Parts: sequence; C-alpha cells; structure tokens
Amino acid sequence: MTPSGSNFLVIGERTNITGSPKFAKAIKAGDWNACLAIAKQQVESGANLIDINVDEALIDGEATMVKFLNLIAAEPDICRVPVMLDSSKWSVLEKGLQCLQGKGIVNSLSLKDGETEFLRRAKLVQRYGAAAVVMAFDENGQAATRDEKVRICTRAYRLLTERIGFAPADIVFDPNILTVATGIEEHNNYAADFFAATRILKETLPGVRVSGGVSNVSFSFRGNNPVREAMHTAFLYHAIAAGLDMAIVNAGMLGVYDEIEPVLRDLVDDVLLNRRPDATERLIAHAEEIKAREAAAKSAGTATAVAVEVDAWRQAPVEERLSHALIKGIDSHIEADTEEARQKYPKPLDIIEGPLMDGMRVVGDLFGAGKMFLPQVVKSARVMKRAVAYLQPFMEEEKKRHLAAGSTARPQGRIVMATVKGDVHDIGKNIVGVVLACNNYEVIDLGVMVPCEKILATAKEQHADVIGLSGLITPSLDEMAHVAKEMTRTGCTLPLLIGGATTSAAHTAVKIAPEYAQPVVHVLDASRVIGVVSALLSKEQQPAFVAANTARQEKQRADFAARRQARPLLTLEQSRARRQTFDWAQVDIPVPEFLGTRAYATEPADPGSPLNPYPLTLEEIAAYIDWGPFFSAWELHGRFPEILEDPAVGAEAKKLHADAQQLLARIIAERRFTARAVIAFWPANSVGDSVEVYADVQRARVLHTFPFLRQQLEKPANQFNHCLADYIAPRDSGRLDYLGGFAVTAGHGVEALAAEFKRVHDDYSAIMTQALGDRLAEALAELMHKKARDFCGFGRTENLAMPDIIREKYRGIRPAPGYPACPDHTAKPPLFALLDAPAATGITLTESCAMAPASSVSGFYLNHPEAKYFAVGKLGADQVQDYAARQGITVAEAEKWLAPYLDY
Amino acid sequence: MPNDRTAALEALFRERIAVLDGAMGSMIQDRELTEADFRGARFRNHPHDLKGNNDLLVLTRPDVIEGIHAEYFAAGADIVETNTFNSTAISQADYRTEALVAELNTAAVACARRAARAAEAATPGRLCFVAGAIGPLNRTLSLSPDVNRPDYRAVTWDQVVAAYTEQVRALVGAGVDALLVETIFDTLNAKAALFAIEQVFDEADTRVPVMISVTITDASGRTLSGQTIGAFYHSIRHARPFSVGINCALGGAAMRPYVEELAALAECYVSCYPNAGLPNAFGGYDETPADMAKVLGEFAASGFVNLVGGCCGSTPAHIAAIAAAVKGRPPRAPAPLAAGLRLSGLEPLTVA
Repeated sequence: MTPSGSNFLVIGERTNITGSPKFAKAIKAGDWNACLAIAKQQVESGANLIDINVDEALIDGEATMVKFLNLIAAEPDICRVPVMLDSSKWSVLEKGLQCLQGKGIVNSLSLKDGETEFLRRAKLVQRYGAAAVVMAFDENGQAATRDEKVRICTRAYRLLTERIGFAPADIVFDPNILTVATGIEEHNNYAADFFAATRILKETLPGVRVSGGVSNVSFSFRGNNPVREAMHTAFLYHAIAAGLDMAIVNAGMLGVYDEIEPVLRDLVDDVLLNRRPDATERLIAHAEEIKAREAAAKSAGTATAVAVEVDAWRQAPVEERLSHALIKGIDSHIEADTEEARQKYPKPLDIIEGPLMDGMRVVGDLFGAGKMFLPQVVKSARVMKRAVAYLQPFMEEEKKRHLAAGSTARPQGRIVMATVKGDVHDIGKNIVGVVLACNNYEVIDLGVMVPCEKILATAKEQHADVIGLSGLITPSLDEMAHVAKEMTRTGCTLPLLIGGATTSAAHTAVKIAPEYAQPVVHVLDASRVIGVVSALLSKEQQPAFVAANTARQEKQRADFAARRQARPLLTLEQSRARRQTFDWAQVDIPVPEFLGTRAYATEPADPGSPLNPYPLTLEEIAAYIDWGPFFSAWELHGRFPEILEDPAVGAEAKKLHADAQQLLARIIAERRFTARAVIAFWPANSVGDSVEVYADVQRARVLHTFPFLRQQLEKPANQFNHCLADYIAPRDSGRLDYLGGFAVTAGHGVEALAAEFKRVHDDYSAIMTQALGDRLAEALAELMHKKARDFCGFGRTENLAMPDIIREKYRGIRPAPGYPACPDHTAKPPLFALLDAPAATGITLTESCAMAPASSVSGFYLNHPEAKYFAVGKLGADQVQDYAARQGITVAEAEKWLAPYLDY
Repeated sequence: MPNDRTAALEALFRERIAVLDGAMGSMIQDRELTEADFRGARFRNHPHDLKGNNDLLVLTRPDVIEGIHAEYFAAGADIVETNTFNSTAISQADYRTEALVAELNTAAVACARRAARAAEAATPGRLCFVAGAIGPLNRTLSLSPDVNRPDYRAVTWDQVVAAYTEQVRALVGAGVDALLVETIFDTLNAKAALFAIEQVFDEADTRVPVMISVTITDASGRTLSGQTIGAFYHSIRHARPFSVGINCALGGAAMRPYVEELAALAECYVSCYPNAGLPNAFGGYDETPADMAKVLGEFAASGFVNLVGGCCGSTPAHIAAIAAAVKGRPPRAPAPLAAGLRLSGLEPLTVA
C-alpha cells in the first residue's frame, strides 16, 4: 500500500491528536488500550515510524507523552519502529526524549524563538541522541514561498552544522505543506512551492532529509475522503519525485498514483501543480459528484479487506484463540473468549489449567528458544492476568457453592518468594509472582537480597505452603543450598522451589536437593510454576509428583556422577608431560639456618634424657588457634568471628566460645597439656615424581626416597597435573634444594583431663577438652611452620597479621601424609624415623599409620614460592604400579593403602 | 581536546588489536573474602551487610583489587577496567553506601593507575591504560518492574543521569584514560549515561574516549530491552564512541553473528569481551583459555575486532591466551562514515 519504488518512509499520523479524532477521544477518556490499538494498527498497516502528538489544551502534555511512550515500550509490535515526537512544546518533546531507547525524531525545532533557543534545543536533541525536524519557520513566521522556504532552511542548516556540529544526516526539513484549493489566490501555488523548495534543498544542502504533514494539503476537502486520498496520493507522488524522504500520513489510507481514477487524478494534479486558474473550481465540482455517488452506493469499500485478514484468527476455536491471544499478547478479545470458554468447560479452573496454561507453556518454549523476548513475555503474562481476573468471581462463587453444600473450600496456597541474599535480580521472580497470583495463589514477595533467616521466619509466621527462591548471579546457587541446609536445620517441612537464570535442574538435584529431605523442585520458568505448585499442594497429585521429581533428581545425580567419572584419566606419561615446570636457575631456594632436627617442648626433658628441647609455651601456641573448625566440631557452622553474631546460632556459639576460653585458660594456667614438636630440614632433590633426602649437602648418601603421587585427571590447558615432587629442584637442575619435615602434638594430658571430667559426669567439658586438644595441635603446627619459615629467612619478612597466618597467606605449604596432596599414609613411618619423632615428641604410629595421641599433626615443609595445596584425586593403574615399584611394595599392598583413590 | 593519553590510545588501536582485561567479579569471588574483608576497620559498624559489594574493596582491600589489575597487565592486557561497575548512588543504595560514590570511583582509579604505572615501569616503553567502568543499574528506564503497570518506572531519567553524572565526574576527575559504558541491557539507561558523560565533558572542558559495550542476553539476539544489535548501534551512535562492542552473557561462539553484524556497521572500533562460556549448572564457566583464545582469534582473523578481552569467568590465563591468539593479526578497519539517517525502535531503520 505504500508508495513503491523508493526509500520513502511512512510516518503514521493516527497517534496524533490533531490527525485522528478517534485517538483524541481515547486520550481524553484515558482509554489507553484504544490508544495502543491505534498505534498498533498504524504499524501493522506499514508505518515505518509513528508520529505521537498529544498537544491538547486540557491535557497535561508532559505526563501524557511519558505515559503513552512508556506503555508503547511494553508493546514490541509497536515500539519496533522509531518514534517521531511531535509537539509544539519543547518541554513535552524533552520529556519524550527521556523515554526513548531507540533513536527517534523530534518534531520540531525552528528559529521561531530566535537563534539562541534554537541552538540550545538542537544541542540537547543531539545529546539525547535524536534526529530533528526543522520547520521552515523563523522569527518572522512561516515560510510560504519557495524562496522563503529555501532561505530559512539554509540558515538553519548553517547554524546547526557550523555552530554545534549537528550531523547533516540528522536534519529533516519540513518546508511546510500548506492547504491548497482554498479559493484564495495566493494559496494556489503552495503545493508547487513545496515541490520546488524540496528539490532545491535536496540539491544544495548535502545530507539532509525532507518531510511534511500531508493531510494539511487537502484540508479544504474535509469530509470527502475519496478526494482527500487522491490528493494525498498525488501530492506524495510529486513530492517524492522532487526528493521528499518521508511524510506524516495515515498509513492505512495510502493509494497508488496510477490507480487513481484518471479524471480525478488530472483534476487533482491541476490543483497541486497550479496548472490552470480554474483548477480549484473544477476539483470542487467533481468532488461533489463523487460524494453523491458514494452516498448512493454505500458499497463495501476495499478498506475492510485488511480488517478481515487481520482478524482471521478470530474464526478459530476458542482454545486456539486463547492461545493466540497469549502468544501475541492481544487482550482485546480476551474477556469474551474467556467467557466463551467458561460456557464450554465445567469449571473455571479447568480453563486456567487447560487452554490458558497451554498457551503460557508455548510462550515459555518460544522464549526459551529465543523466538520471543522479554517484553513480549511480560505482555503475555498481562493477558493471562486479564483472563484470570475475569474468571475470579466465578471461582469465588463456585467456592461459596461448595461451602454451602458442606464441602470444604479448595485451600488457597500461600507462597513465600524471595531473591536470595547477595542477589538483586528479580524480574523473573516478579513474573512468577504474577503468574501465581493470577492462578489464585497468595504470594508473599520478600523482594531482593533477602537473608535466609527472614525467608524462613516469614514462611513460619505466615503459615506458608511453599517457599520459592530465585537468583540470577552464580553465588546465589550456593546461597540457595545454604537456605536448603537451614531449612533442614530448623526443621522446616515446606516444599522448596528453585528458579532463576543460573539455576538448573541438574544443580538443584546435585547440590540443593540433598541438603533437604522435603521436595525441592526446579522450576524452569514462570509458565511451569502453576503445574508444580498445584501438584505439590494437591493431596491426590502430590505423592506421584514428588516421587517423579525424586526419581528424576536421582537420575540427574547419577548422570552427574557418571559424567564426572567418565572423564578419562590421562596416562601417567601424559600427566607427567603436563607437570608444572620452573626455570630452576631463577627459583629462590632459601638455605635453612640448620640441617637435621630440632625439638621443642613446653616441659623440660626428663632428667637423663639425651633430648634438650627448645622451650615452648601453651600461651604462644594458643595465639595460633583457628576457631572456625572448633565450632564445626560442635556442628555449628559458620565463619569465626561472624558466627558469634549469627542470628540463629550466635547465642549458642558465644556461650561455647566463652566456655572454651575459660577451659583453655585453666589448661594453660595449670599446664594440663604438654606440647611437643620436632622439625627438620634435609638436603633434597627430586628425581622424577620422588624426592630424595640426603645425609648432607654433598648428596653422597640418600637417607630416604619419598615417592609422591601425581594428578591424572584431565585439566584445562592453563592448569597443570601437580605432584609435590615438582616443587623440589630436580637433581639434574644442578641446584641443591631442601625438604622439611615436622611432627607435633598437644595431646599429652588431653585424655587424662577428659577422663577427669568424665568421672564427674561432665561430658560437655570432656568433649571440650578433646576439641581444645585438637585446636592446640593444629595451632602448634601453624606456630612451628612459622618458625620453619623464619629459619628459612623468608618468614622474617612476611609481615602477616595473625588472621592472615591462620588463613595460610604465607609462602610455602605443609602437606600431611594421608591428606589430599599426598594421600598415602605410609609416608609417615619413614618420616617419623627421619625426625626421630617418637623420641622427640612421644607420638607413636598405629598399624594403620594413625598417630597417637590423637591431637597430633605431621607432614612436610615445601618452600617453593609457587607451592600450593592440591588434591591428587583418582589414580590410574599405571601410576599405582609405578608407585608400588618406587615405594618397594607390592601392587596389591599399594592398592590397599590407596583404595579410595583407585580409578579402576 | 585530545590529550597525550588519548593520542597514545588511538595510536595503539591503529597499530594492532588491543587487549582488555578479564573478569573482576569472579576473580574476587575466588579470593573467598569474608564480610570482615569487605568491611575493613572503617565499616566495621556499617548497618548493612557489605559482602558482595565488590566495588567497596577499593577502600577496604585495595591490595586485592590492585593485585588483580596487576595480574591482568602481567597477562598482557593493554587496558584494565576500574572496579567501579556498581559505583553509582543507585546501585550502592542496595548496601546503604551511596554516600561513598565519589570516593569509590576516585580510589578505584587510583588502584588501577598504580597497577598501570607498575606495569609500565616493569617494561619500559609499554603503555598501560585505565578505563573507567560504568555498569548498568539494577533499575531500568525502559522496563517496568511491575507487569500490571507497564507504564510504571522504578526510576526517572533525571535520577539516572544524576547518578551517572556523579560517577563520571569522579572517574574523569581522577584521570581515567577512557570511559567504558558496559554490559548494557537497557539502551535507555546507557543513553542516560552517555548524556551524563557529555555533560561532565562540557563542565570539565575535557574529553576522553568513550567506549560502549552492549549485552545480548539470549538466543533472540536482542538486548534485554528488546533491541537488535543494529537498532542499538543507531541508538548510541550520537555519542561518537571510540569503540562499540558486545560483552558478557553469551560465550564468544554464540556472539559471532552479532559481532559480525556490528563489525560491518560500526564507524568506530569494535570490541568483544565474552564470558568464558555460558554459566554452567554450577555457576562456573567452562571455557578454557584455549577455548576463548580460539574463538577470539577467529574473530581477529575474520577482521571483526579491534579490542578483545574477557568478561565473567575469564582469568589472567584466559587473557594471556587471548593476547597470544590475536597477536600479529591486523586490526579491523572501521566502516566508512555513512551519510544516511539512521533511526531505531527495537529494530533499525536507515534512510540511505
């Protein structure tokens, strides 16, 4: 329907209060749906832009413009095209500019108020990122003649481009389309002047566009649409030929020049081109004839054809119509269609759970597949809400009938929803909330960044039936697992729904559901939530639904485990090729201040003992205590010291901490525990995956060779397959390195004191005693490591506060045999032998290589600046064989000690 | 009035494909900082939880932030972004720290600048740039948070412009080499940021290059507010950006058609800094440095890009691999300046 063969743009005029009485009426009545329908009709009829004008004396132009533009922003079928903001008031235009995410056109600027104001506004238009229509209007008024139009436009062009650098391409001139055939002789050449001016402007001002409001030209033929249409069509034909780029027209009422009835076309051309003095009289006479004919025929025009096609979907069955309305976001027929469905279905709820949810599921699928985007989904949700609102009274009535009949009302579910702590995203959650509310559930939305305690407390206070958690950012996943854990801890029994962009069925199954024994259901998107909630709250459906959910999650967990295990191990050879390598010539290898062993103790050695330990005090050890694991031992989880302020466990934690401090003070004062330690440094080099420890720096005699294990799991390209031996200089590097070792205990005296408490039936203090023994042993290990670093030099300059030491922010590591970096416990006997640990510390090893007393720690010191803790993980048969050979034991024996790590 | 740094930045982009840094958020996450770290001594008694307010670390743990910047420079980044993604009054209000905006931005620039100076000193002749990161807000001008009131907006244009003006004023005052308006999911918010930037440039009588980067959120190839990449470009072109590009949300491979489209359109430089893949089911990112380097290396070979880097989940190792992959590749030549009138709604409209 648009003029063909050019880049000509149609600017829809029906959303212009002065161009459309229907729009004017709807705006004044505040009938926004009607206003939107008009805008949509313009776009559907082919408008490339829509002109929006709400200038009317009785209307608050700024507020109305903002409201209408915001409404349009939620209508993808309308706002896909750019907007032309049309107002004679700058304030309205500026408010409009603040609502457009796209690049629109301001209509209009002019020199009417002088150069300064013109340039001020133009600069703002530039900053808002819009183009501008510039009227051929100056301080003296509107330009009517060709030369006046050209003169004013040229002046404006110079000012814009030369003074403020306005892009010529963003200038759209409107050289004024004025009314012809008025009977006043001076008006006869107005159209011809427009055509001529357009031609000159396009030729002389490079880059600019020309636009105009066409309906003005035919103003004298108001009420005679056939003539007006012919005039518009012919006017555009001539103007486009002269260079017109765009025009404000009724997009639904454009004809084709060649198809204008020839007699009428000639008469119109005579007027527009001012070809003969009697052109106006002749056209008026012909116009009267046409009007008379029209009235007689009253025939169906071609205009209705379009309407018929647009409404074809209305012929489909009601279910399809509901679905169509939801998918397209059309709410104009939704109530009528819902009513029709109500006649057909036994219960209103059947419509919601049937055709309406079917439609929403399609919306969800299309959204997931990228075929719909968010604004459309939101529109669909609105249509859904309208339909549900319509059904609401009928459902109430039904409920009353049921009550009257003595049966109980269907319980209305109450859902507490929140975006978890640390996350501020809530668009998806809000949509879920609306869908739930639409479906007669009561939603208590706690908003964003909601702490776990508040969610659980609200659920309890409000007697909620379901809790829903949402989150978009990745740390929220952990927080959700935390909430699940807390639900278990606090004895909550409500079903838990999980949703949000980063959540997944797999994560829910693997990380969240295992934390909570009640149903934990992942809800893929808003369209699924009703199915889930209604099943969970329905006595009949619940068992089957929960069973299916559980089964599905079990399968997901199994799949996940299988996938993890399915990751094939590298061969030992490949793993060794992926070792971390260093430029050993450059690595800083500190020389320890002493070689061999050095013993420490809080009590002097027995008289006659060859030992002469360095002194140690329980006070200095206590300063190195990491209290975090202490609370874990009591099954209070959280970080220290934050845990003391924790709303749930804080009071308990504080009490425990106070008791511990009291007992610790007593242990120290009464010297109830004896702490002993031995540390050592030996000259060492790595040979392959083993570390040789030498008797002296000449390296002539190997005291012992410690075989270590290497990671075999395939890792990303930037990561290495680690082995502790990598952190010790290889023998063939030519450099001498050192391996450290230690064994410490705080356990002497622990059992005796615990036994004293037990004797008086004070089990609490007995357990506390053991827990403190463990903490002191770990603290002693930390203290000795500090001394070891000092002996190697770098510790003296590390300048770390105690919390950083406890968080191991220093250089170097102290891996312990039996722990992830060197999982084989059998490294302990040779280590103990080298340290002479039993004599120095009184620690003995059991047959399974456990240390006695229990509060003991032993391990290696590795000083390499890049040494890090890692987990060896699964081992292949090739490495186990290689390891057994290096260790000098049988493969069967190696397999016994490494059983949990075997990948075969 | 272009200063020396601007001229140097332009020279860099003419000469080769430049490298931007990688993720800040996930690097911070890896440090496993506690509430106490975020609070430091100064905010010990702040009435709201502060963990998660990553931008605050420039005041309470500047060592961490400077360290991350330094790692990225060491990995080969030419430009690092300041840790100011959320340093506006509107975003900081979530933590009741909105009064700190000027201080946060100033301190963040100082952290990045210290790392840049150190990296420049370590390799004489090397230039290391600092771009002021300007994030989206958690409130949008184009979308209603209430589906029942589609015309409702949680924030006004004037509020958004005021928030960005305060941030930009501090960033520019602290001497950033460029501004980077990034992770744009609502173009109107971005337009407000650009409006604020122009205002600050006017009042300070200075200019720095403005870099712009949009986020394509899903498979529809559109921004969250519904625009296609072409429509978006038309919407921000008036700001005369130094570069325009795509970041976050999708992994590099899924971005390809949009980067290609933008590369054909943009009359300025084109940037691309994807996530290390889509977040997996466990909130991690799966693409290895080699994976990302392969995708961005291919973009470079196809002549799509002038600036590459990483977003969520990327690490210094990723940046090092990416830098190696684009090394020696000629930079993309910007499209010639087009004369047409370029408009947009959700879709672009060009009058040739």
